[in-house]
Amino acid sequence: MEDMHEIVKAYVIDEYVEDDTEITYDTPLISGGIVDSFSMVSLKRFLENKYNISIPDDKATPEAFDSVNKICLLVKEYIA
Amino acid sequence: MMSNIGSYDERVKDFDWKISEDELGNKEGDQINIGWYCTDRICEMGKADKLALIWEGSTGNEKRYTYNDIRIATNSIGHYLRSLGIRDEDRVCLFMDKIPELYLGFLGILKIGAIAQPLFSAFGDESLFIRLENAQTRAIITQKKHVPKVRKILDKMPWLEFIIVVDHDPAKPLMEREVAFDLETAPKVDQLEIFPTYRESPSVLHYTSGTTGQPKGVKHVHGSLISQYLTTKWVLDLQDNDIYWCTADPGWVTGTSYGIIGPFSNGVTQCVLDAGFSADNWYRFIEKHKITVWYSAPTAIRSLMKAGDEVVKKYDLSSLRHLASVGEPLNSEAVIWSEKVFGKPFLDTYWQTETGCIVITNFPGMKIKPGSMGKPFPGITATVIDTDTHEPFKETGKIGLIAIKPGWPSMMRTYWNNEETYKKKFVNGWYIPGDRSSIDNEGYFWFVGRDDDVINTGGHLVSPFEVESALLEHEAVAESAVVSKPDFVNMEVVKAFVTLKPGFVASKELDLQIMNFVRKKLSPLAMPQEIEFVDSLPKTRSGKIMRRILHAKEWGEEIGDTSTLEDD
Repeated sequence: MEDMHEIVKAYVIDEYVEDDTEITYDTPLISGGIVDSFSMVSLKRFLENKYNISIPDDKATPEAFDSVNKICLLVKEYIA
Repeated sequence: MMSNIGSYDERVKDFDWKISEDELGNKEGDQINIGWYCTDRICEMGKADKLALIWEGSTGNEKRYTYNDIRIATNSIGHYLRSLGIRDEDRVCLFMDKIPELYLGFLGILKIGAIAQPLFSAFGDESLFIRLENAQTRAIITQKKHVPKVRKILDKMPWLEFIIVVDHDPAKPLMEREVAFDLETAPKVDQLEIFPTYRESPSVLHYTSGTTGQPKGVKHVHGSLISQYLTTKWVLDLQDNDIYWCTADPGWVTGTSYGIIGPFSNGVTQCVLDAGFSADNWYRFIEKHKITVWYSAPTAIRSLMKAGDEVVKKYDLSSLRHLASVGEPLNSEAVIWSEKVFGKPFLDTYWQTETGCIVITNFPGMKIKPGSMGKPFPGITATVIDTDTHEPFKETGKIGLIAIKPGWPSMMRTYWNNEETYKKKFVNGWYIPGDRSSIDNEGYFWFVGRDDDVINTGGHLVSPFEVESALLEHEAVAESAVVSKPDFVNMEVVKAFVTLKPGFVASKELDLQIMNFVRKKLSPLAMPQEIEFVDSLPKTRSGKIMRRILHAKEWGEEIGDTSTLEDD
């Protein structure tokens, strides 16, 4: 499987970063203001589509989505 | 501690806006400039060394400004704008995250008599264009991260002469019409000639959405200060030693009326957190800065409720003494929850972009009825009128339209370039905000809902028309209808019903593609959180899409009269 971290990072850069801000696996996405709480819904949808999973709404918290690393941890919980 | 308002009932009896005018030392016919009142005047009152603004960024970096610092910084910005040829009544857009330049730029623009046009920095290029075109904005002050959105639409905006970048990287070239302005290194201007503005001189242009048509530019004037100053003092109860935190973004009216004008004209210290939402981070911020007065929004409060009670216990929040909320109705559960975890309730305040200041509210010291909007601010005559006769109800408990007698100082003066729509906001001598409510036998107002199709998501108004128009620009979309659907945190979110053009098939990928298309074009708020692909939309026989039917379905309400519905 292509590295999940790279896929998620590339998607975040493509969709949510307008300029050349550097994103690492630890960059705070929600608390850092890169992805707002409304946009989180589209990021969640992307992950669900890509990995064919369903993330319960109560698990999709700003904290759980706050970095590429944290997102990958969450996604892995739901991949069978 | 005695509240500023003291007894509400006593204040109502003999109220006159002169109370505010006297405290501000301003008489009818005198010059009045919000920029000066928020900075120079506070310094003249002996508070030059008092902290005005404590700003914290997302990485925890901090900047502190005294009142003398903000006086000089706003002078410097005003001076720079003048050097570009910006003059009174020119529109200058502020398109920035919640960085200090946004707050200081706002006051700098007002000092030279130009009109500040703050826009939410998450707006996409289409939302930005529509608002800049309507205002024929001469200059935009922004950050390098937002410049690509401006560049994208630059060719369509010959009137936009200056793109002022406050954090330009000198290693990169500036493009057409772009200029760099660095507040830290800009010449410090100690004395600036303040433009002689008066009560009716235009000050701020805030854009708000309606059901139909394009967003409307709500024009405010410098005289609005008279309302904003006193409502801040009496409702938010700001006192000299308070540390205040307004969580609103100045891209919206709360962020300017009560995030800039109110606190600074009262000479208090305010904190700003420029970071995304996280319960831990918010509580840490309150603990660190010992926030005493906190003005936030139901969406944020419900997000905090969702994060649970345990996280609250990790922090010392004992500094908090007064909490208030705005943007959408505050449900009684949230009021009761805040009382349980913070030891005090959030007091709901009601107003809108057009009113410029709080008009119906719960006051410190008043009996709180959880779920109620409270009572009219002294000096505001508000009632509920019959939707058909437009006469105030004689009996209590009846649901009708909220109506306010025009004439308070911060009432909008018009919609920019749209006097016709402005006039329609008045019926039978009343200003109609467009909300439905009832009044109980003790004079408390109870919010029922909007009287139109506008979607209030997280306290921000979204026009279904704008979202539908954006959807139609997507290559796969044939028809669209946009309504609200219930949401625990945001009260309402945007939902779209879409029919597809031949050759396109509904799929999860297309769903996400359309969501992102609208997000980038308009804003994350306007992005449908759900898209339902349908074969056809309910229409009247004349072909008009019946949003009402789709709305009723989402909210589990009666569909009502369908006699005009087109046959299948």
